[in-house]
Amino acid sequence: MTFEYAPAPESRSVVNIAARYGLFIDGSFVESSSGATFPTINPATEEVLSEVAEAGADDVDRAVRAARRAYEEVWGRMPGRDRAKYLFRIARLIQERSRELAVLESLDNGKPIRESRDVDLPLVAAHFFYHAGWADKLGHAGHGPDPQPLGVAAQVIPWNFPLLMLAWKIAPALACGNTVVLKPAETTPLTALLFAEICQQADLPPGVVNIITGAGETGRLLVEHPGVDKVAFTGSTEVGKTILRSLAGSSKRLTLELGGKAANIVFDDAPIDEAVEGVVNGIYFNQGHVCCAGSRLLVQESIADEIVDALKRRLGTLRLGDPLDKNTDIGAINSSEQLARIAALVSSGEAEGAERWSAPCDIPERGWWFPPTVFTGVTQAHRIAREEIFGPVLSVLTFRTPDEAIEKANNTPYGLSAGIWTEKGSRILWMAERLRAGVIWANTFNRFDPTSPFGGYKESGFGREGGIQGLGAYLTKEVTR
Amino acid sequence: MTENPTGRLDVRKTYKLFVGGAFPRSESGRTYEVTAADGTFLANAAKASRKDARDAVLAARKGFGAWNAATAYNRCQVLYRIAEVMEGRRDQFVADVLAAEGGSAAAAADQVDAAIDRWVWYAGWADKLAQVLGSANPVAGPYFNFSVPEPTGVVVAVAPQDSSLLGLISVIAPAVVSGNAVIVIASTARPLPAITLTEVLATSDVPGGVINVLTGDPAEMMPWLATHADVNAIDLAGITDADLAVSLERDAAGTVKRVRRPDRDPNWSADPGLSRIRDFVETKTVWHPMGV
Repeated sequence: MTFEYAPAPESRSVVNIAARYGLFIDGSFVESSSGATFPTINPATEEVLSEVAEAGADDVDRAVRAARRAYEEVWGRMPGRDRAKYLFRIARLIQERSRELAVLESLDNGKPIRESRDVDLPLVAAHFFYHAGWADKLGHAGHGPDPQPLGVAAQVIPWNFPLLMLAWKIAPALACGNTVVLKPAETTPLTALLFAEICQQADLPPGVVNIITGAGETGRLLVEHPGVDKVAFTGSTEVGKTILRSLAGSSKRLTLELGGKAANIVFDDAPIDEAVEGVVNGIYFNQGHVCCAGSRLLVQESIADEIVDALKRRLGTLRLGDPLDKNTDIGAINSSEQLARIAALVSSGEAEGAERWSAPCDIPERGWWFPPTVFTGVTQAHRIAREEIFGPVLSVLTFRTPDEAIEKANNTPYGLSAGIWTEKGSRILWMAERLRAGVIWANTFNRFDPTSPFGGYKESGFGREGGIQGLGAYLTKEVTR
Repeated sequence: MTENPTGRLDVRKTYKLFVGGAFPRSESGRTYEVTAADGTFLANAAKASRKDARDAVLAARKGFGAWNAATAYNRCQVLYRIAEVMEGRRDQFVADVLAAEGGSAAAAADQVDAAIDRWVWYAGWADKLAQVLGSANPVAGPYFNFSVPEPTGVVVAVAPQDSSLLGLISVIAPAVVSGNAVIVIASTARPLPAITLTEVLATSDVPGGVINVLTGDPAEMMPWLATHADVNAIDLAGITDADLAVSLERDAAGTVKRVRRPDRDPNWSADPGLSRIRDFVETKTVWHPMGV
């Protein structure tokens, strides 16, 4: 006997989407100087949600100038306690409007409302609360008694956690006394523009936060603008390397949070059901659009069959569909380009001889979707074990000894995160010490907190976001890059 | 090189590289002439090739494993041991620095003293870094969440061209204290104090491969090292050609290396602070479950 779920859609009437959005520069919305716009699309329905201004060189320049003026005349010299109060205000406004922001995020990004409502938005508010308190305590952050801000920060963020990435960038920058020009991803600009309205409601001085929309070219213009003192980028390793090359020889400070190919390591003493839930959360959370996703499952050989069976059984119960439905587990793939990329890597996995299994689920007719997929019989040489797929695709490999698990887990140019599943506390710490990755989750995965620094080793980037360690990225000129 | 008053002919030393705890010549067989500040001949130093540089990376990667696994207490004692052994050879270092840099004997002695003291200062940091740069993080959930600094891996440093001993040690010590393995390219024109240092390193319980010293032309070796996939970070302190620094930074982008750009107006005598240590550590954060 099966129980059918009745649809339980969250109302989208909580949010008003304008037909057109301008750029948010110097405290108000303005048209781009060329008048060019681009559509932002609901990936679950392919409906155009709004037309958004595309910032060109003139607009980038205007935004950087506004940020510079605000830095020099207002924000850079404002007492920390006042910056703190603005950030607390913003945190409260986010909480007040969190349902609206969550619905808008799910509409523009395609992620399930359960995630945007229960994960993204609470973390966004928490991030502003945490950093608000730092603004008047920076002398205790380990950078001397009177650390100085850097100036104007250029921040470019991805589409997978649009508002959360905005919070990770803007909250520490503002707390430390910098002003920002932020470019959201071209497929998910709407929550950033709603955040701009929140800045207006908070009476944040004009120019402290500027939001300019556009695609890669706008981002390039922004990070290469000579009026920028600091660049913070989250996105692909490929674009990160391009930015590194373009900033060579400049005096700009830089932090990069790039791709990953995390190992989620399950030992034979792990509680199977709990571990399977963790593996599912590790790779299928947010459709696998997570840089720290546990995309390689390393399972101890003796329990491999049992884990894979349990995993398939669990994946068979996941509900894929309308992101606004409160029962949905798997939402839409953010764009047709991303869907094509996932499909191409999955084909390579089949062509290279790994065995593919996809959950039997109905795929809606419109929109972009990909069923949760597992590859078994994967070797370390397969592309699906080496390249970041950024989709709901898991590659299963096996190991016999802890040393072999370490060897395989570290066999990647990336080093963002890793997971360990075992009942043995001493083994957790032994493994954690040897894994070359910035964030290690033991008996959990994909957990975030503003007090917990996040960032990678090796080609996953450098610099940290969150925690006392994250402040260094926006303070003091002593570090040379 | 001075004439011995008794008329005895002095025994001159062959200056070699220091890689993996051994003293090889350059595989290329090349040497270059090193002269004193006044232009007199001092020695023929090995002119390391790109193959020597790659061998040094292999040695450093091997050295990194053991050094990173050593306890902080142990690293502290090894670094302090370097200072002890240097102190015993103080006169030789003063003579080397004086020959290389010219100036007064007193200035050379001051530099040697400061260099020895710098090892002592950094030695003390080994078992304090984790407490100063790390943290326990109060996350909103049932986890013990902590962050610790870890070495980034293999660091290649171009030693300052002017300060032949203090500058050299000021780029080696902050990288090795946290557990990195280092390949340092000595000052091209003033390499002899660095080679004398290798004789100290070889007798100071520093595991082979942890500190490797190359002599020669950084412009020749660095493009290979900046693109080498097994190098994690580069310190461009001694790159004086601004265009070369930019091109090396660009080279390093392909593997997302940590890059420390050349210092502006460096003052090697000043308190170094933590900035160089910070540049070559990564923060690792662990979420450990709590429960019964």
